[in-house]
Amino acid sequence: MTTITAPASLTSGRLPRYSALGILLASWVIVGIVFLLLMMSGAMGEFSLVGTIFFGTILYAVAIGVLSMIVEGSRQARDRLMTALVLSAFILALLPLISLLWTTISAGLPRFDITFFSQSMRNVVGDQPGGALHAIVGTLLVTGAATIISVPIGLLTAIYLVEYGRGRLARAITFLIDVMTGIPSIVAGLFAFALFALLFDSPGIRFGIGGSVALSVLMIPTVVRSCEEMLKLVPNELREASYALGVPKWLTISKVVLPTSIAGITTGIMLAISRVIGETAPLLIIAGFTQSMNYDLFKERMMTLPVFVYTQYANPGSDPQINLDRAWAGALTLILIVMVLNLLARLIARVFAPKIAR
Amino acid sequence: MTASAAPQQRIKAKKRPGDQIFSGSTVFAGSLILVILAAVAIFLIAESLPAFTASADDIGIEAGNFWTYVGPLVFGTLWAAALALLMALPVAIGIALFISHYAPRRVASTLGYIIDLLAAVPSVVFGLWGIKVLAPLVLPAYDWLNTNLGWFPLFSGQVSGTGRTILTVAIVLAVMILPIITAICREVFLQTPRLHEEAALALGATRWEMIQTAVLPFGRPGIISAAMLGLGRALGETMAVAMVLSPSVIVSFFLLTSQNPTTIAANIALNFPEAHDIGINVLLATGLVLFVITFAVNAVARIVINRRKAFSGAN
Repeated sequence: MTTITAPASLTSGRLPRYSALGILLASWVIVGIVFLLLMMSGAMGEFSLVGTIFFGTILYAVAIGVLSMIVEGSRQARDRLMTALVLSAFILALLPLISLLWTTISAGLPRFDITFFSQSMRNVVGDQPGGALHAIVGTLLVTGAATIISVPIGLLTAIYLVEYGRGRLARAITFLIDVMTGIPSIVAGLFAFALFALLFDSPGIRFGIGGSVALSVLMIPTVVRSCEEMLKLVPNELREASYALGVPKWLTISKVVLPTSIAGITTGIMLAISRVIGETAPLLIIAGFTQSMNYDLFKERMMTLPVFVYTQYANPGSDPQINLDRAWAGALTLILIVMVLNLLARLIARVFAPKIAR
Repeated sequence: MTASAAPQQRIKAKKRPGDQIFSGSTVFAGSLILVILAAVAIFLIAESLPAFTASADDIGIEAGNFWTYVGPLVFGTLWAAALALLMALPVAIGIALFISHYAPRRVASTLGYIIDLLAAVPSVVFGLWGIKVLAPLVLPAYDWLNTNLGWFPLFSGQVSGTGRTILTVAIVLAVMILPIITAICREVFLQTPRLHEEAALALGATRWEMIQTAVLPFGRPGIISAAMLGLGRALGETMAVAMVLSPSVIVSFFLLTSQNPTTIAANIALNFPEAHDIGINVLLATGLVLFVITFAVNAVARIVINRRKAFSGAN
């Protein structure tokens, strides 16, 4: 007769409830202390928070795997280990984001001043501060024109796909829109260049509206996609109620469907703008770069903020630090614009979301 | 047959001019998409034709023709993108699993939004960060890899003193394509049938075994297409590569040296502002090659996605 020894309690053979969290914090602290000691002994230059979190998380994965293997057995240990790895993947992705935002803010602030927003780079030599007003104006003009081009096309296409399109044309458009989202930005720039160089027969052509056309190629698919999603959310009952009252289809769409989904459409358009406002490569090719103000989209080169950041980095003067400070300040401005657009868009989506009874 | 005996003809809706104009304009806008895409191809081809017949002298290389010029560039493009994908895919799957199956429900969407923030950062800022922060940071690691794993061909050779190597570029690219891969994987994982998951758990599976047996097999096509879309992004990424890499037009598998194969996009961005005459055509032609490659990758990815209609949450 074999005797079955009953476990002492239900929790035996299990790690305590919050052990995972405890081990994670403990390993961060341990690695932190090790780094601190290394720094004090002079083996390491300065304390690195990123390194601490990185190696601490690795230590956590190993520790919890081994501990669980001893206490809980191999299956639980594998589960614990994978949980640790999945968590590490998330933390790993956060590290570059935090590092990038931190660097941009700390390196961008020194030149984030009035001069930066009130002067251009015209006749700026030596250690004169100079500013990015010409680039900011250029970015607003080029992106604005791109929005004016792509929103009507994108919105009407979305309406076609949701309200009218059924046959082969609709399927082809859907597929090509999907593929178009993957066009590299630089190819869009080359297209705009090839188009205008052939049209105007001038092989060195550079002007702002060309940049707008290039950005539109990138923007239209995102606008179509988001508008399409939003139009699909409008319940069919609303359309049918409108038809039952004898309202023609085009009035149903423009007076019932569009107002219902306008918040979502606005959000989608703002996200699309924030996607293209940071594009560098196409503008580098077709809008070119300059040091002076230019308010005319149809004449002469036009500076834009991303290209400003790039040229300040790529063509350093006698004191590279001055240019680099300008570049970081430009990067900070750009990130701020993008973040504000993003947050505003989400806010609009949340506040003005259609109140549809489910 | 008399008119009165026959059943009434189908009543046709009144054709209002407003309706006709409106539907006409939507069809026009839709067709414009096709026209634009065709125009991209046609104008690029038209402008690149002279490059295909250009002599080695015009292109600025020692011997051969356009294809010997573009060959190493294609290699560099594929190599950098493949490395980036190799690093990004496991991490992205991990993040997607974390958001869909591990994180508390209440914070999951916020965590997803944080990852999406990465996609909002302009590529030129990524480039600046890559060269000023990441390259110095990884330099000690490169030295270590070279001394200790130098027998492995990829890590051999003379270590670059600046950190501006293809591996650094691949890390930056990996960070840049993380959000798109994560977003699609997340969508797919969330669509796993609830019953499959609960059945696995009811049979006593641990959470990881449940994911292994229910979530991952269900999501495999989604993961594949997400990877290909990420690959498409990485192939066409310009500024980060142009700013971080110290380029040369060669075919080399060494990850840590200062002799790195450059990519098509970066090559165009660096050389276009100074190009003239036939040089412009040559660069446009390399752009056409890039367009064809990314179009093919994206088209295949979309076809795989569309096979299972549910995975439309690409954007």
